Amino acid sequence: MANKNEYSKEMLLGFYRTMCRIRSFEEHAAECFTKGMLAGNIHLSIGQEAAEAGAFAAIQPQDYFTSTHRGHGHVIARGGDPKLAMAELFGKKTGYCKGKGGSMHIADMAKMNHLGANGIVGAGQCISAGSALASKIMGDDSVTVGCFGDGSTNEGTFHESLNMAATWKLPMVWFIENNCYGVSTEIHRVTNTPDLATRAAAYDVPFAVVDGTDPVAVYEVMLEAMEHARSGKGPYVVEAKVYRYQGHYCGDPAVYRPAEYMENALANDGIEKLGKKLMEMGVEQAELDQIKAEAQAEMDEAVQFSVDSDYPDPATVLDDMYANDNERCVAR
Amino acid sequence: MSKKITVSKAIGEALHEEMVRDEKVFIMGEDMAVMGNVFAITKGFLEEFGPLRVIDTPISEEGFCGMAVGAAMRGLRPVVELMYNDFATVAADPILNQAAKMRYMTGGQCNIPMVLRCPMGSGRRNAGQHSQSLENFFCHFPGLKVIAPCTAKDAKGLMKAAIRDDDPVVSMEHKLLYAKKEEIPEEEYIIPLGVADIKREGKDLTIISWSRSVNFSLEAAETLAKEGIDVEVLDLRTLVPLDWEAIKASVSKTHNVIIVCEEVKRGSYAGEISAQIAEELFDELDAPVERVCGLNIVSPFSPPLEDKNFPHPEDIVAAVKRVLNK
Repeated sequence: MANKNEYSKEMLLGFYRTMCRIRSFEEHAAECFTKGMLAGNIHLSIGQEAAEAGAFAAIQPQDYFTSTHRGHGHVIARGGDPKLAMAELFGKKTGYCKGKGGSMHIADMAKMNHLGANGIVGAGQCISAGSALASKIMGDDSVTVGCFGDGSTNEGTFHESLNMAATWKLPMVWFIENNCYGVSTEIHRVTNTPDLATRAAAYDVPFAVVDGTDPVAVYEVMLEAMEHARSGKGPYVVEAKVYRYQGHYCGDPAVYRPAEYMENALANDGIEKLGKKLMEMGVEQAELDQIKAEAQAEMDEAVQFSVDSDYPDPATVLDDMYANDNERCVAR
Repeated sequence: MSKKITVSKAIGEALHEEMVRDEKVFIMGEDMAVMGNVFAITKGFLEEFGPLRVIDTPISEEGFCGMAVGAAMRGLRPVVELMYNDFATVAADPILNQAAKMRYMTGGQCNIPMVLRCPMGSGRRNAGQHSQSLENFFCHFPGLKVIAPCTAKDAKGLMKAAIRDDDPVVSMEHKLLYAKKEEIPEEEYIIPLGVADIKREGKDLTIISWSRSVNFSLEAAETLAKEGIDVEVLDLRTLVPLDWEAIKASVSKTHNVIIVCEEVKRGSYAGEISAQIAEELFDELDAPVERVCGLNIVSPFSPPLEDKNFPHPEDIVAAVKRVLNK
């Protein structure tokens, strides 16, 4: 698909850098997980980098967002600190949530306006709509972007919050990354429409379906969506078609998928495609290699920071439950 | 100075005063704006505060409870009504998994200063899905605070404290208390969360109770007084945080306890309190703690059946006598 506008080499290099950083973060996390350095589970964004880099380039500093169990890429794309994100995966006290949330609950209210990843599929839709309602009540000019996967569009929360956001003209953008799989279940086995964003039509909400392996295409669609929401016209639904290279969780062999899925994914790899385009624009292979090397070094450092960080003091286990009267509330 | 108003009016006054005081407070729920709530608690609010602060929602309990969580994370103070506490099961995720957990999961980065108003309780012939008392459901989940006032004075003072509190507070409001007219102070006041109130002093036995069952307990106490049995009625008012010091003081004085509420007995919060007393105050007890609760059944519709499903004063009198072996 041709992009609407021409973009500078610098801008495309920016996308490339973000995509490489997301992939490198995830590859580092996967390696740590495989080596047994992380507890629990992690869900990786490899294959979704282009969509995330493109989308977040259209989001302004004053905007808010929510994320999902597959949310590391959103943090990197938003400009979060990979050290703090990685440390949270490690359960260390230097992590974004002091190790209390882990991979599925990274949040950063202070710097990223990140209202939290969420372990419950679809829960973030209502939280995003509530944040958009808050913007409307307070009269600020921020838009809330709800990042969701394909699976959550089959939760009631999608329909309830989209209906309310549409009716009340709330400044919210649904950013759906459709990787076609809810754990093992291919989306079209359980969903009757070829695209998911078309459901927005039922609520008289504008929507767009875009190739999520092309960051520029996603960026352009998101710009339009953000402008729509910011101007008081109500929500907008964007569906980016992406691939999930790994299984549902890190280590899931994904035997339930046909071989063609990964063949298509690799033939459409966003980083490869953008690299090729940049070289056609005159960028040297060495410069691309340099970007990848820098991302590797940054994530090496994030891992080292996490390894070197302390676990939370067990004595802090009861802290942070309640804002007021915590001690009495947790005592009995 | 005092005035006599209904419990519902007292709650409405609390909401009104807090909305005037703090523009971050807003109300959302089914039939809260144009109609002014099915119990008329927010009548006139829409005209005074406008549609951005008094919001009629669609019948989407999970959706609007979740939106309240999002708005609270942004610093607003939503007061949300579930028309019946029974509908909390429809909105379980935003209440139990989001509002209750968000602060801890984010390492204390955000507060959820929302109030969830839940009309509850038996006796209105509303049958199986509109008559429950789900205290245990809310009290189970760390992260929530729970109030269950009985009087108009307590309902107003606690509602104001709940709105000002930075944590999510569930307000259990018995539907059959709403129309009760009672004296409340004319001037502004607040009743802090987590402070029980001795509604009747006595020396022979402590009745621990909350919500409408406090009134039945007081009636029972009068009957018992005529027979020479002097009962103390401790109204918890707040279930989380629990005023353990008040329980301990009363039990240490009377050495006999019953716990009265309308919950299904199995797994009730009454059972939790009983267990805590057994664990920590065993040496103070002259007899086992008895729970006087609803039955382990679905709330029946037909009046003679429903009347068997919540404690009446005579049931409380009988329980007191059993415990005192009289």
